[in-house]
Amino acid sequence: MTTALFYVFGATALAAALLAVTRKNAVASAIWLIVMFFGLAANYVLMEAWFVAVVQVLVYAGAIMVLFLFVIMLLDLRTEVLESTAAPRLPAVGVIAALLFLVGGGIAVHSASLDPGPDPQTGEARQAAALFPDEVATGPEIEGTAENIGGEIFGKWILAFEVTSVLLLGAILGAVILTKRRLT
Amino acid sequence: MGDLLTTLGSGLPLVGAEVTFWWVMGRIGLVLLLVHVLLIVGALMVWAERRVSAWMQDRLGPNRVGPEGLLQPLADLGKFMFKEDVVPKHTSKWMYMLAPAISLVPAMVTFAVIPFTGSYEPIYGADGQPTGEYITQSWQIADLNIGVLYILAIASLGVYGVTLGGWASNSKYSLLGGVRASAQMISYELSLGLAVVPVVLMVSSLRLGDIIAYQADTVWLLFTQPVAFFIFLVASYAETNRLPFDMPESETELVAGYHTEYSSMKFALFFLAEYTHMIVGAALVVTLFCGGWTFFGLEQLGWIMGVLIFAAKTTFFLFAFIWVRWTLPRFRYDQLMALGWAWFLPIALLNIVLTGGALAFDQDWVLYILPVALIAAAVIAAWFKYRRDLDNDVPKLERAPQLVGVAGSGGEER
Amino acid sequence: MNVLDLAPVLPLASEMAEFIPVLVMLIFGLAFAALNLVASFLLGQKAPTNPVKDMAYECGMPPISDAHQRFSVKFYLVAILFVLFDIEVVFLYPWAVKFEADKAFLFVEMLIFIGILFLGWWYVIRKGAVNWAQE
Repeated sequence: MTTALFYVFGATALAAALLAVTRKNAVASAIWLIVMFFGLAANYVLMEAWFVAVVQVLVYAGAIMVLFLFVIMLLDLRTEVLESTAAPRLPAVGVIAALLFLVGGGIAVHSASLDPGPDPQTGEARQAAALFPDEVATGPEIEGTAENIGGEIFGKWILAFEVTSVLLLGAILGAVILTKRRLT
Repeated sequence: MGDLLTTLGSGLPLVGAEVTFWWVMGRIGLVLLLVHVLLIVGALMVWAERRVSAWMQDRLGPNRVGPEGLLQPLADLGKFMFKEDVVPKHTSKWMYMLAPAISLVPAMVTFAVIPFTGSYEPIYGADGQPTGEYITQSWQIADLNIGVLYILAIASLGVYGVTLGGWASNSKYSLLGGVRASAQMISYELSLGLAVVPVVLMVSSLRLGDIIAYQADTVWLLFTQPVAFFIFLVASYAETNRLPFDMPESETELVAGYHTEYSSMKFALFFLAEYTHMIVGAALVVTLFCGGWTFFGLEQLGWIMGVLIFAAKTTFFLFAFIWVRWTLPRFRYDQLMALGWAWFLPIALLNIVLTGGALAFDQDWVLYILPVALIAAAVIAAWFKYRRDLDNDVPKLERAPQLVGVAGSGGEER
Repeated sequence: MNVLDLAPVLPLASEMAEFIPVLVMLIFGLAFAALNLVASFLLGQKAPTNPVKDMAYECGMPPISDAHQRFSVKFYLVAILFVLFDIEVVFLYPWAVKFEADKAFLFVEMLIFIGILFLGWWYVIRKGAVNWAQE
């Protein structure tokens, strides 16, 4: 049941993503991107990652896409302007980017299937990961509730969490400085 | 009939139960029922708003269609339906049609996690005798374990209808209204999100059912978290674009803001979305801060009582929406942004730190300082007002004489 | 034996099943909106259009220039600040749920986090970034 649903929502997300990159109107692209985020959120739910699913909607669909829409409307580039300023070799660049992505993905998948060598701690030989494993075993399985996520962030990853605040602070200062200069 | 209701009702709280085909069908039935209730109440709110406004301004309001004008929404619906569906040439067609739908759906979907009633059952001890304690089990469409965050996530989508509506209309008033509204809504969304954190801090759960059970067991969070309550209430006014924050459609400067170019049913959908937002906002205030469907043991009479209590409390806050509209003047845009960013944001953060500190070091009395101080201040202020009125001997305002039978006095006016 | 018990049990965890009604409600809401738009399109009267009717409404004046004009960068700044503070809000929720586990430690931890971001807020206010009155 969940597998079937995964394909439904995965296909939705994929179709929305394709529409997002092919639409000429930037606002339409943004809306398809929002639909894609919903497809992703639904797949997170199927993985029992409730918290990630809801944050996907809250932060990406609800906050970042508002920013995107603002930027699109703020600049309000007409289609003619876009066509005249777009690089003439844009399709070629797209093909090269797609090829690079395929090669990179291939390397990643290939290296995952290689012999990982002996375990650095125990010295025992480890088994290569299957390319399409039935069940991916990655550490203890925890349900993605807010409480479990909280336990991880505020226990194991406490330093990363505190550094995040400095990162956010930097972003705040940067945003203010960048926009202030144009205002005055 | 009573047995049937009880059977249907007891099928609702199903945490950890098996998911059968009939479970899903039951939930779908519940969705259909509640969506209709929501739409009907939304339509009635249009009538209520006009009647209450009229009452506050000493006029009659719509009173001709049906008893007390109650069928006015139906007449409105008919009129909206048969009006010409004008899609001006200068608009971006698809976006223009999408915007009203996008603004209505998030408002409706938020209602899924709000408990509208529940069961209240005694806990039996090992000897089969009641222990005197009770389980409060809330009933809602979907009992999500990330309930509060779900509400915030869906609420954050409400901004798209307004933004897109304003942009797609391709009219200066619409665009200005839409952009203003989006900036306002996202500013107050922060305060809204921060205001609920202390509530979660005290309850330690994101489930709305747990929040209600906590309040039923202890005290309404309105009393221990007055600051959070106030910020949440004001932010929900700003989120619904109601006075005193109706910047996006401030009639005197922007005609009708983001829906200037809309007509027929599309306009009606925007209108319905606003009222649905109001209902959901009021229901949320009730659930998070005023005990939801519980009322000091009255809910033990049965789940129908819970529905009535929930409806009564929500109605009060809906009335408050209209009341505030005719009491407070509109904020200026710079005042509105300053209130959100320079006041609500730090106060909400401070409230979190204060609550966290009080709980961390088991100093619960800190939480009661503010409510007690507020009540004391209100009593003192009332006493001074009373004294001053006595000193000045203010004459009571007399109601203007009613003109009976004079042309124009019995008319109806929005 | 109850007839209802014969229905098949769906292979879904009950936590996940709680999302089914949400999905149904989403679909129902969209369907309602679509139905209304189609109904009003079919039922509404159709009158011949003319250039004045198609004009953007500007209180009777013929509209000058295109409505899509660039607007103040301040709206953009508000949106960016919203994203940044929204991430802070997202961090606060798992913290609030987990708080009972180790109160004092978690309190100090979040005090540092909020403190650092409070500096950011102070800078924003100090620079008048959200002050719409002065120009």
